[in-house]
Amino acid sequence: MELSGGQIVVQCLKDEGVEFLFGYPGGAVLHLYDAIFHQEDVKHILVRHEQAATHAADAYARATGKPGVVLVTSGPGATNAVTGIATAYLDSIPMVVISGQVPTAVIGSDAFQEVDMVGITRPCVKHNFLVKDVKDIAETMKKAFHVATSGRPGPVVIDIPKDITDPNIKVPYNYPDAVVMRSYNPESQADPKKMQEAVDLLLTAKRPVIYSGGGVVLGEASAELTEFTQLLGFPITQTLMGLGAYPATDKQSIGMLGMHGTYESNLSMHESDVIIAIGVRFDDRVTGKLAEFCPNAKIIHIDIDPASISKTVTVDIAIVGSVKPVLAEMLQLIKAHSERNSADDLANWWARIEQWRSVNCLEFDRTSDQIKPQAVVEEVYKITKGEAYVTSDVGQHQMYAAQFYHFDKPRRWINSGGLGTMGFGLPAAIGVKLAHPEQEVVCITGEASIQMCVQELATALQYNTPVKIINLNNRYMGMVRQWQEFNYESRYSQSYMDTIPDFVKLAEAYGHVGIRVERPEDLTSALEKAFALKDRTVFVDIMTDRTENVYPMIEAGKGHQDMTLRVAPGTPVNRELA
Amino acid sequence: MRHIISILIENEAGALSRVAGLFSARGYNIESLTVAPTEDETLSRMTIVTRGSEAVIEQITKQLNKLIDVVKLIDLAVIPHVERELMLVKVAIDTNSREEIKRLVDIFRGKIIDVTSNSYVIEMTGASDKLDAFIEALDTKCIIETVRSGPTSMSRGADGLHL
Repeated sequence: MELSGGQIVVQCLKDEGVEFLFGYPGGAVLHLYDAIFHQEDVKHILVRHEQAATHAADAYARATGKPGVVLVTSGPGATNAVTGIATAYLDSIPMVVISGQVPTAVIGSDAFQEVDMVGITRPCVKHNFLVKDVKDIAETMKKAFHVATSGRPGPVVIDIPKDITDPNIKVPYNYPDAVVMRSYNPESQADPKKMQEAVDLLLTAKRPVIYSGGGVVLGEASAELTEFTQLLGFPITQTLMGLGAYPATDKQSIGMLGMHGTYESNLSMHESDVIIAIGVRFDDRVTGKLAEFCPNAKIIHIDIDPASISKTVTVDIAIVGSVKPVLAEMLQLIKAHSERNSADDLANWWARIEQWRSVNCLEFDRTSDQIKPQAVVEEVYKITKGEAYVTSDVGQHQMYAAQFYHFDKPRRWINSGGLGTMGFGLPAAIGVKLAHPEQEVVCITGEASIQMCVQELATALQYNTPVKIINLNNRYMGMVRQWQEFNYESRYSQSYMDTIPDFVKLAEAYGHVGIRVERPEDLTSALEKAFALKDRTVFVDIMTDRTENVYPMIEAGKGHQDMTLRVAPGTPVNRELA
Repeated sequence: MRHIISILIENEAGALSRVAGLFSARGYNIESLTVAPTEDETLSRMTIVTRGSEAVIEQITKQLNKLIDVVKLIDLAVIPHVERELMLVKVAIDTNSREEIKRLVDIFRGKIIDVTSNSYVIEMTGASDKLDAFIEALDTKCIIETVRSGPTSMSRGADGLHL
């Protein structure tokens, strides 16, 4: 079969089983778009801005485990995609981004819509390629999918000059079944000795904590983690990226940890004697002040990426390997082990944790005459029975969603954890809805974040992706305002907008349904009405309490024991260390 | 501590910038970097001299290993190794100084590879501190220019960095 470069790219996507291609056309990719025109297997989703293409593809990958695929043109098309590429990179999301490039002959001449895409993306991709020969396209595509999806996943960029996709130059097509790269062997067998050491340590722990993260979701190890946790009977805290890998409603779950984690999670970490960190990277928002991180704990770390081990926190036992087989193996080792943790020790430990839990650190004022953002998320949780796919933007609403929507399954919580990209939520919701058209998809956002990619309301209409947008509208960049309250004596420098659009009219202008909610007593009925409109995108603009803050909070540079709780705003909790 | 990281890397466009970019993006220090293709033209060999704490060097080697184009890597500073750097020095000479400079070059076992009526180009190889010592021994006023390759290095004995 002889095909042109453009046809080869499209044929590779078909052979790779790609369902959706998120993109936006332009000069350098017109040959490619012509090849797309002549087929129907790969469905092209036309976004309104290239950033949204990357977020939608990224969220598709987060919701399905399959790589997201993006096509953008050269120059501004490529640079617009960079935010989304970096978003995927920081959260280790498998994605393949194809960017057009100016013709080979003019590369380097500052040609129209030329940027050095390979150079610009180098620090925020797992790998990138510039294709210089039509005969190399198929193998490069295979390599890109292989690199993006294996080991610690990540985005891969393929930059293709326009002349390489010339319809008049045809070469034999052959998509390889597999590729061997001598310089890339991501699968490592975990060291059995280390696993045994880890199990020996775990079974003698008096105050153990399981600290699990996004690696468990990416590694499809939710079932193993659940069995592991329940066999040991230990408390489990999950990172923002890990939520859902272990059911949040189970009694062994003590909630999220870190900056806005629960009192019981952060204090358990602080007072533990053994931590097992599973598929996590000891992010600064999780650890707080490194010098005060888990001062009395021996730390076991399981991760697929050797560079994650002892990067910020030096660990005692490092197990390099994929979380799923490692946990499966460790489960066998535990079952075969004669020792068990002292029942008294664990009972004492749980008693202390229950004491911390009884502080009820997430509780908020339920008698307010204002709509509390937490109450909105609780209500959404109830109406969707905890089964929805929830995307979010970045800020206070993101934390409320993480704290109050109790995820019991992995891949349901879709947010930009590492890069913290405002504008992620709406295109992400579209990507998830395309992947799971029968599932409820909710975008929990704020009035500042939503405006960063609001143009995608048009995409939502074109592709009939009825998602529910829950806009927690507090007329502030809430998280910025909160930090200004804590650290800048409430000087609200540029953290509010004098002009906020009428979101109801905006939604209607884009062909959707808009609902505004202003009083607490209208909240439930408005949300029920929104969710009853199964086949419509509904924008629910909810006027929430302007002054509400996210608690608990560990201010930057403080340790887990230094939380600020709601009960006494601004006052650190005084607590006797046992 | 000073470390010499030796890398076998795919000889592809952009491979050097991936390594250099990694160092600048993560704030690691590069003292010198040399690179050239090996006898297998699909591979380049790179020698990086860097400094840092144990933890930093561990991260540098791990992050380098993570680059898709890096095939193999070794930190030579922690094993027995030989190390050589090439330096070219152009000096101004006159009838008074030409003999003295030639004697100095002989003492340091260098070679004079270009001669004019008023200049020498001196070639010298050796460990970096030997090259430093030669520069110090020269009268700085006579130095027109110097160029140094940065150290290259390999392990002693029969083991080596190869596929």
